[in-house]
Amino acid sequence: MDVRLEHLTKVFPARDKKGSEVIAVNDFDFTIPEGKLIGLLGPSGCGKSTMLYMICGLENPTSGKIYFGDEDVTDIPSEKRGVGLVFQNYALYPHLTVRQNITFPLENLKGAEKLTKEERNRKALEAAKLVQIDGLMDRKPGEMSGGQQQRVAIARALVKMPKVLLMDEPLSNLDARLRLQTREEIRRIQKATGITTIFVTHDQEEAMSISDMIVVMKDGIFQQMDEPQKVYDDPVNLFVAKFLGTPAINVFEADVKDKKLYIGEDMVMDKVNVKDGPVWCGIRPEGFILDENGALHCSLTGVDVMGRDTSIVSTNPKMTGLSVRSIISAEDLKLTSKDSVRFNIRRSKTLLFDKESEARIYYD
Amino acid sequence: MTKSGVRKEGIKGTLTGWLYLAPALAFLIFFMVYPLIDVFIYSFEEGYNSASQTYFGIGGYNYSYVLRDPYFLQAVKNTFILVIFTVPVSTVLSLLIALALNSIEKLKKLFQTVYFLPYVTNTLAVGLVFMILFRKTPYTDGLINLLIKAFGMSPVDFIEGPYWAKMFVLCVYVIWIVMPFKILILTSALASVNPVYYKAARIDGASKPRMFFKITLPMISPMIFYLVITGFIGAFKAYSDAVAIFGVDLNAAGMNTMVGYVYDMLYGDGGGYPSYASAAAIILFAIVLTITVINLIVSKRTAPKG
Repeated sequence: MDVRLEHLTKVFPARDKKGSEVIAVNDFDFTIPEGKLIGLLGPSGCGKSTMLYMICGLENPTSGKIYFGDEDVTDIPSEKRGVGLVFQNYALYPHLTVRQNITFPLENLKGAEKLTKEERNRKALEAAKLVQIDGLMDRKPGEMSGGQQQRVAIARALVKMPKVLLMDEPLSNLDARLRLQTREEIRRIQKATGITTIFVTHDQEEAMSISDMIVVMKDGIFQQMDEPQKVYDDPVNLFVAKFLGTPAINVFEADVKDKKLYIGEDMVMDKVNVKDGPVWCGIRPEGFILDENGALHCSLTGVDVMGRDTSIVSTNPKMTGLSVRSIISAEDLKLTSKDSVRFNIRRSKTLLFDKESEARIYYD
Repeated sequence: MTKSGVRKEGIKGTLTGWLYLAPALAFLIFFMVYPLIDVFIYSFEEGYNSASQTYFGIGGYNYSYVLRDPYFLQAVKNTFILVIFTVPVSTVLSLLIALALNSIEKLKKLFQTVYFLPYVTNTLAVGLVFMILFRKTPYTDGLINLLIKAFGMSPVDFIEGPYWAKMFVLCVYVIWIVMPFKILILTSALASVNPVYYKAARIDGASKPRMFFKITLPMISPMIFYLVITGFIGAFKAYSDAVAIFGVDLNAAGMNTMVGYVYDMLYGDGGGYPSYASAAAIILFAIVLTITVINLIVSKRTAPKG
């Protein structure tokens, strides 16, 4: 079932007379294709969770429409929408066992959908097997680890076979190792069930690694939606470019003069088809080539060896962050001086943005 | 540090602990434990005279006297009726009011205050109000009787009339006086249930009644058990409530309670049978203890774990 949002807006009223109203979600307009795993990505407080709550019906939109397939569900209460939601802190009922937690949504079915106890238990066991917790059916949530609780929460959300599965920061309460594992697990479960899944995260790595598509938002405003690699390679603006990628993109204040790109005095790239003037120049860490005769002059701060790759930390007067991080494969690492380092830059990893609007400028 | 060093430290630490506890312990031993033991001893001393501090012998006569005393049996009956009616009714009513208070948005604080006011009102003042409501005088039948008459039924003398009418007034009075505290506890218990569970239940398609019975009730059950246990103990100890409505001569009114009986035996007409009073107090203690233990066992068996 594809999920279509039409001009979806949510405005929270002001808390008091002096305060101003908050626009949590501003005019969202896009379609989530059927059977895909979508990562909703943005910094904390950008309206991601509000958006999720509107899709599942816990919040009513101020304006706009939500469609599941051809059906307008905007005014349908959440219990009739056929959605499953995995809460950030799982929200498992602490006084019920795993089995009771998973069968709870089934016990609420009425009329023709009503199930016998055997059917409920069979379905619960199926869902539990899918998330591999079928051995823990009689435990209480308090007696389980975070990762196990997470699986129970997913099983509870899946047991009714929802049209859409929603997850609110599903991995944020897990430790680093479990996170990687659960990430794969979510991917596997989503592929196995084929349910359209939307998950919210502020962790770009998480979103990039498992999503079919990511939606980037900022301050309630839609930024970009595409496959993760495309968003990374081809961001529409400086915010998206900065938000994706670890280490983050290096941003310099640069100038274009006679189709040549200058960072300070250094002419780093030519054949730049952009009108003259100042621009933001973003260079991905893998966009630097170490060269003793390179165009870009930087002062060397240090070298971080991280196994396979080496990251050279340096500074440049025109940079905007704290340092310039470049990733060089270990065999290319030949430093000739202790205090300075020179790079050439890869054209494909260099992105230009408008100085005012921060929108992407295409220069080829 | 050597092993003995650790040990010394331990003993010293324990001593310091006891030292901190000492004032409270001294107070408890002096005013709670010693009188309790004393009452226990009195209850077996036959013919004790408080003026000369003498007694005839040791035995169970005080108990057999008290258990055969019609006034005591009446008091036991009254107390049990009071307990059986007031504890469940007041708890359920309080829960309903707490639910209502929790679901309103406007004037929530005002209503919470209004419902809490009886708790800080003097028992006897409340008794006066009940008099106005229920008492029949030469001038008026009381407000409740006016209401009864308005529905075309014959008025009842609630204060000096039939037993059931008097019991009804006493039960209403006790229920009314214990509800504020219960409402307060239950409102905060309801507020402490994480709203995310209700959100989850909405997504899961649970109806309002199911949410209440499957989520709210189990989650606040420890508080309900607490209220039931303290409610039982409180109702067994009821005395001032009866005095507030029926005056000090409760035996004559047939509305005495067990604590009232103990009091009358100590200070009442003829001035004092401390041995009988002690025996009655010990019987009351045994009953309260038994019921509390049963309550605890039931609550342990049904309460949700962690």
